[in-house]
Amino acid sequence: MVQITIDGKKIDVPEGITILEAARRNGIYIPTLCFHPRLTYFGGCRLCIVEVKGFLRPVTACTTTVNKDMEVNTSTAELEELRKLILELILSDHPHDCMLCEKAGACTLQELAYTYGVDGFQFAGERRRYSKRDGNPFIERDLEKCILCGRCVKVCREIQGVEAIDFGYRGFKAKICTNFEEDLDCEFCGQCVQVCPTGALTGKLWARKGRQMSLREVETVCPYCGTGCNITVHVNRNEIAKVTAREDSWNEGWLCVKGRFGYRFANSPERLTVPLIRKVPRGEGAPEKVEDLFREATWEEALDLVASRLLEIKEAHGPDSIAGLSSARCTNEENYLFQKFIRAVVGTNNVDHCARL
Amino acid sequence: MAGLAAIFGSGAMTNSIREIEGMDAIFIIGSNTKESHPVIANRMIKALHRGARIVVADPRSVPMTRFAEVHLKMRPGTDVALLNGMAHVIVKEGLMNREFIEAATEGFEEWKRSIEEFTPEEVERITGVSRDDIIRAARIYGEARNAGIFYTMGITQHTCGLDNVKAIANLAILTGNIGRESTGVNPLRGQNNVQGASDAACLPNVFPGYQKVGLPEVQKKFEEAWGVKLPDSPGLTSTEMIIAAFEKRLKAMYIMGENPVVTDPNAHHTVKALETLDFLVVQDIFLTDTARLADVVLPAASAFEKEGTFTNTERKVQRVRKAIDSPGQARDDLSIIMELSRRMGYPMEYSSPRDVLREWGELWPPIQGITYERLEEEGLQWPCPDESHPGTPYLYKDGFPKGKVPFSPVSFNPPAETTDEDYPLVLTTGRNLFQYHSGTMTRQVEPIEAHCGTPYVEISPGDSRRLRIRDGAAIRIVSRRGAVTVSARITERVAEGTVFLPMHYREAAANLLTNDALDASVKIPELKVCAVRVEPVKRR
Ligand code: SF4
Ligand code: SF4
Repeated sequence: MVQITIDGKKIDVPEGITILEAARRNGIYIPTLCFHPRLTYFGGCRLCIVEVKGFLRPVTACTTTVNKDMEVNTSTAELEELRKLILELILSDHPHDCMLCEKAGACTLQELAYTYGVDGFQFAGERRRYSKRDGNPFIERDLEKCILCGRCVKVCREIQGVEAIDFGYRGFKAKICTNFEEDLDCEFCGQCVQVCPTGALTGKLWARKGRQMSLREVETVCPYCGTGCNITVHVNRNEIAKVTAREDSWNEGWLCVKGRFGYRFANSPERLTVPLIRKVPRGEGAPEKVEDLFREATWEEALDLVASRLLEIKEAHGPDSIAGLSSARCTNEENYLFQKFIRAVVGTNNVDHCARL
Repeated sequence: MAGLAAIFGSGAMTNSIREIEGMDAIFIIGSNTKESHPVIANRMIKALHRGARIVVADPRSVPMTRFAEVHLKMRPGTDVALLNGMAHVIVKEGLMNREFIEAATEGFEEWKRSIEEFTPEEVERITGVSRDDIIRAARIYGEARNAGIFYTMGITQHTCGLDNVKAIANLAILTGNIGRESTGVNPLRGQNNVQGASDAACLPNVFPGYQKVGLPEVQKKFEEAWGVKLPDSPGLTSTEMIIAAFEKRLKAMYIMGENPVVTDPNAHHTVKALETLDFLVVQDIFLTDTARLADVVLPAASAFEKEGTFTNTERKVQRVRKAIDSPGQARDDLSIIMELSRRMGYPMEYSSPRDVLREWGELWPPIQGITYERLEEEGLQWPCPDESHPGTPYLYKDGFPKGKVPFSPVSFNPPAETTDEDYPLVLTTGRNLFQYHSGTMTRQVEPIEAHCGTPYVEISPGDSRRLRIRDGAAIRIVSRRGAVTVSARITERVAEGTVFLPMHYREAAANLLTNDALDASVKIPELKVCAVRVEPVKRR
């Protein structure tokens, strides 16, 4: 441990960590845009500049490691002016359409502009215009909103191991490109969407389903594979608007395409909504259409029928003539109760699930 | 996962997913981790950046091979020979952990004789993997201090599935790679709650918590708890149910959330069997192919519409919360089962899933310390016997419940159905990244369908040249049981002589082709290997 001073406060921090980390651990706020705790950092946005005693110029807090007795100032009139200037420059080349943007209310850039009172009109000039829309079905890439922080490039390389995107061109023309600038064709894990600090990367499914303020968040578990990633479901009225993952979850905010974009089945019009009872015999020649196969029934009628038929069959052929097959998609409680039903109510051990498959 | 439980005492993953970061060797056999468990693959990549060495054994060039130092591209169904071959090298080069073998295992000498014949040369002949690669892989695994093995259905879906698991366990105990942090044997569960469904005993031979059906003390315990006489002989497994239905021994089935018509091997047979039943109830969220055969279909709630818990592949019980209301009159499974039990004269009343978990915990101590209150914050890994217990990230820290772990000699048996002149290619099945299982859920998701909604078969450039098949052309795959038509995807991913058909597409169901020869003791249908031929479809 070494002792350093940040904004006049003496704190003990482990050797070798950065000023930014030291500050964050001690609840001291330093603004950042390109920094992400799970990715390598490179001091690109320069918003995290701080003054260190003995240094002539401000240094970036995310790349400078602490030293014994270091004295740091995170906020001086000069630093705040520089930060404002940086934000002015970024916003001068940014579409001013927060009112239409999916990210509004959850956008780091919008939040900083608000905090610093910057509107980006001071240096208004030529803006980048990109009209081509990426045709992939999952991710909206609005490169006019991209601030070139590089988080998406890094997450794709460092976490996902895919390298589907990289910096291309230079200067004013610099942008994040796919190979040969074709439509994105990758694993569509959406980690890049998760780490994008602006509205440049969003889910195509999210469009106009609701923004931060109108969404209710529910913490739950992904319904797909056995990894069991923790997810946050964002709900607008009774519809799932999007799924994200929290950085402080055990899966560190990472998901795959199924967990992140595979939620739409829940609101599918094909969902079963009423109990059905068969009208025609099974086997050869059964009709194709659902209406011809089944008629709708009330729960009372359907449950009575199931209970009475199971009791009849148990009576006539013994409990071992009945079997139950449950699902690895159901909860623990449902599975527990299902096997108890088959064992205690029906009276047989003929119960299994699909683990073998 | 009966195989692993018989050896170590539990059939679950011995490590947690977090611990992967700390491994210095990762050996993946028969798991397409990057596509089937993508976020676990993220951890493996993280470990790689920290210096871990990765070995992948798979007949296909699955995406994880990009991160592997060695890819053992063996012929399908030759896993046992490969594993024995690696063990042979480890023994010969003295890389085993003598202390561990001495202290924690038994039967080493006898087992050692059983692997003598598996020389790198012999194993090269059986598996098609070069002897140098076998030696390199054995060294990476054998020299590591913290090594983890990962496998999934790839390895259990062979007739010799149980043997494969034994051969894996042998490798782990030979090198002492179990029972420590970041060191262990890890079967990856395919579906979100397979672990929980097993723990809760939707299994024909055990009561909740793997307590054996038929043992007098177990019968007594559950009869007292549930207040009713309970059957004391093991029931039918899912595959046996289908056979019993076919033979008219089974009269009625109640299927909750499963779609065996698409997931069971030999689909024609499954449909016929279900049609033969006197009465079939299916409870699901969609009208699946199985539900279409039902007498009564009950609309259920999806995972987003109910409260409860799931247990993931690392034994972690996690809270599932209701986010939206179910459409129409759909109800959650818990209330449906309660309604039925009331009508059948044995009411099971619970005011919430919380009470169900509590009852289960009273009957199975390893989860007794897990309560809804504690799960508010984060999931808990069993064993977690009391409310002050922090849960168990890795198993066997203090030894094995059954005492010494046996080495199990396993001999190599070639896959049940081998190729011949009429059926010269080997078909393997599995998952892709975008779809999931029988497709009940993912095929309702527009972008997934747009991107990956058409069935395809992967075929090697060599075979496609020989058979004059173009990329994207329609081809027929014919096995001894049936045929499907799909479009060809020419790729180096599959080795020559092998084709790969994903399991998700009902319009080209892989199980119309597959074999239902069963592993004698674990009863996992041999979904992975069967012999086929491929024919171009003539344009009319
Ligand atoms: S979706 Fe995933 S794979 Fe595709 S560009 Fe983004 S991070 Fe890379
Ligand atoms: S997000 Fe992907 S890896 Fe995670 S549980 Fe869901 S399906 Fe599995």
